[in-house]
Amino acid sequence: MSKTVAQTRALVEKSLRRRRLAELRFQAYGIAAVSIGVLFVILLFGSIIAKGAPAFRQAYVTLDVFIDPEVLYPDGTVDTELLATADYVALVRGSLKQRFMDVEGRAATRQLVELVSGSAVQDLQALVQADPKRVGTHQMLTFLADDKVDQYLKGNITRSTPEVDRSLSDQQLDWVDALKASKALELRFNKVFFTHGDSREPEQAGVWGAVVGSLYTLGVTLLLSFPVAVATAIYLEEFARRNRWTDLIEVNINNLAAVPSIVYGLLGLAMFLNFFGMPRSAPLVGGLVLALLTLPTIIIASRAALKGVPPSIREAAIGMGASPIQTVLHHVLPLAMPGMLTGTIIGMARALGETAPLLMIGMVAFIVDVPGSLSSPATVLPVQVFLWADSPERAFVERTSGAILVLLAFLVLMNATAVILRNRFERRW
Amino acid sequence: MTDIANSTVPPVPPECKTTGVVTVPQPLITARGVNVFYGDKRALKDVSIDIANNQVLAMIGPSGCGKSTFLRCFNRMNDTIDGARVTGSLQLEGQDIYEKRQDVVQLRARIGMVFQKPNPFPKSIYDNVAYGPRIHGLAADRIELDEIVQTSLKRAGLWEEVKDRLAAPGTSLSGGQQQRLCIARTIAVNPEVILMDEPCSALDPIATARIEDLIDELRASYAIIIVTHSMQQAARVSQRTAYFHLGDLIEVGETDRIFTNPRHKLTEDYITGRFG
Ligand SMILES: Nc1ncnc2c1ncn2[C@@H]1O[C@H](COP(=O)(O)OP(=O)(O)OP(=O)(O)O)[C@@H](O)[C@H]1O
Ligand SMILES: [Mg+2]
Repeated sequence: MSKTVAQTRALVEKSLRRRRLAELRFQAYGIAAVSIGVLFVILLFGSIIAKGAPAFRQAYVTLDVFIDPEVLYPDGTVDTELLATADYVALVRGSLKQRFMDVEGRAATRQLVELVSGSAVQDLQALVQADPKRVGTHQMLTFLADDKVDQYLKGNITRSTPEVDRSLSDQQLDWVDALKASKALELRFNKVFFTHGDSREPEQAGVWGAVVGSLYTLGVTLLLSFPVAVATAIYLEEFARRNRWTDLIEVNINNLAAVPSIVYGLLGLAMFLNFFGMPRSAPLVGGLVLALLTLPTIIIASRAALKGVPPSIREAAIGMGASPIQTVLHHVLPLAMPGMLTGTIIGMARALGETAPLLMIGMVAFIVDVPGSLSSPATVLPVQVFLWADSPERAFVERTSGAILVLLAFLVLMNATAVILRNRFERRW
Repeated sequence: MTDIANSTVPPVPPECKTTGVVTVPQPLITARGVNVFYGDKRALKDVSIDIANNQVLAMIGPSGCGKSTFLRCFNRMNDTIDGARVTGSLQLEGQDIYEKRQDVVQLRARIGMVFQKPNPFPKSIYDNVAYGPRIHGLAADRIELDEIVQTSLKRAGLWEEVKDRLAAPGTSLSGGQQQRLCIARTIAVNPEVILMDEPCSALDPIATARIEDLIDELRASYAIIIVTHSMQQAARVSQRTAYFHLGDLIEVGETDRIFTNPRHKLTEDYITGRFG
């Protein structure tokens, strides 16, 4: 028996209520999921920023240094050759003893000199050698303070800890307080962090070496993987006839995208280092390995982008008498470019964060110098993070987070570039 | 141009069962025993027909009978479909279209095509029309190209509407204007034949009427083959009509004669609305 209109309507009403409820419930789930996601992002970023921000400031100590000719030219003969081997520690020591007249004995003096970073000696030597006329003058010079002093100023070392449990003695803390009171010791922008390579001494360690290493490595990766991937995608999607071989290739590309990255590292080690004899720890090899790693990702994204181009455009071009390559270059590629760029950026972002395969090819070495070429030893940002996270010094904790912040900034920059590029290509008609 | 009168016109194979006269006095294109297979499926069966110059041939028939398939044979668009195979002979002025040495790029410059859905390139109006002349190297300089674009748009009846916004994207036009843009794009390379696959099916009656007028004007210079589902349209624009059914070419004849006095039972059923 068929229902009356009123009956039907009542049933629809009832089902409507149920559907509305279901919709509301689903919305609630969605909002909850998004909130949880946002919460974790905030927690993550919050903790990294809180931990990493102090790394961007560093304690510097300003001293009145007398460039004592008696120390530099002990025999009394003025010979600039001697400046290369002179005892600059004595100058620093002299300056500090001038400041704290009452310090007696070798042990106390050593403790006093410990407050200043070892880099002060090199800075001083460079300054004097650059202009030997400075010998015999007084100079107000600013040096890096030792990392322990830095940590004390940042409140990570406190007086309330028993003396035996902290790395600075009561005596040293008194000196630091005195220096601080006279404004000779203060926190400033940490230029070293952004201009230096790695170092065993936290106060002298910077991310610049790793940043340059990452730039070189990613440069190689991009130059190799983008053209190869785009060419592969175009060939497979636009030219190759579907047969058993192309199916096999397709399956393999999809499988490669899922291979753990360390396997690529082993491949790089066996092929590039052992077989081709390329240098260890080099951005060139790192870039090659990461190119292999990102290729499948970019190929898959590029093929999807090509598939998304409406077939009517191809038909139109072919119908006009465009050759296959003209069809692709004039019409298909411009429309697929935004999608290809997105895929490339996803691949590059993954490459930027990769650590495991680079460990296999020796990019984990301790490298002080900022790399100067594609074949000079280098490390990359995530490996630098890994190395610092492993260091016992308190000051490396904040540097680890600081390096992560730099890495994130790098990522944001890359994504922003991608968005700009995409918008430029994506002229919606 | 080869002398059409002197080139030998291939004979119609004896197994051709088409009702009516498939030949014309001086054919531009001759199709003889054309079969199309999609894999194992035979979509077109032994079709033989002549195409005359300066005439509109309408191809009608129920959905899936092979009209588009046959149309795509002329400019070898079937080449782009995996598994599609064409047998038989198709000649353009005595030259085999499916010959190995035949350059498809050249062929498609001589036989233009307008598709069912307007498909302008996502480029400016100007670039849409200029594209064909550019790739085929038809214009020596910018001035000549401008001229080609202008005349093509004029002949397609679009010039007055777009002359102030040639740099605007082709896709910003209305559906009917887009289709006329596609026609302008096709005639810009000065083809000899224009293939049209249901060019008005996405358009309203006014836009349709404009395109039909245009087809009638273009007939003076080109041979036109049009696939249509509207019998009124076939009656209005064409001089000859071909009726297809399940891959067979059932009947060919003067349009007036087909619509007033169909000889084959299937044709009659179709045009009187009893079928399809
Ligand atoms: N690419 C293809 N692959 C396989 N079969 C196809 C393909 N294109 C068309 N066919 C088949 O060939 C037959 C004829 O198709 P065609 O598109 O020529 O029909 P049509 O007459 O143009 O129909 P319509 O009026 O609906 O456009 C149909 O049975 C169709 O299923
Ligand atoms: Mg069709």
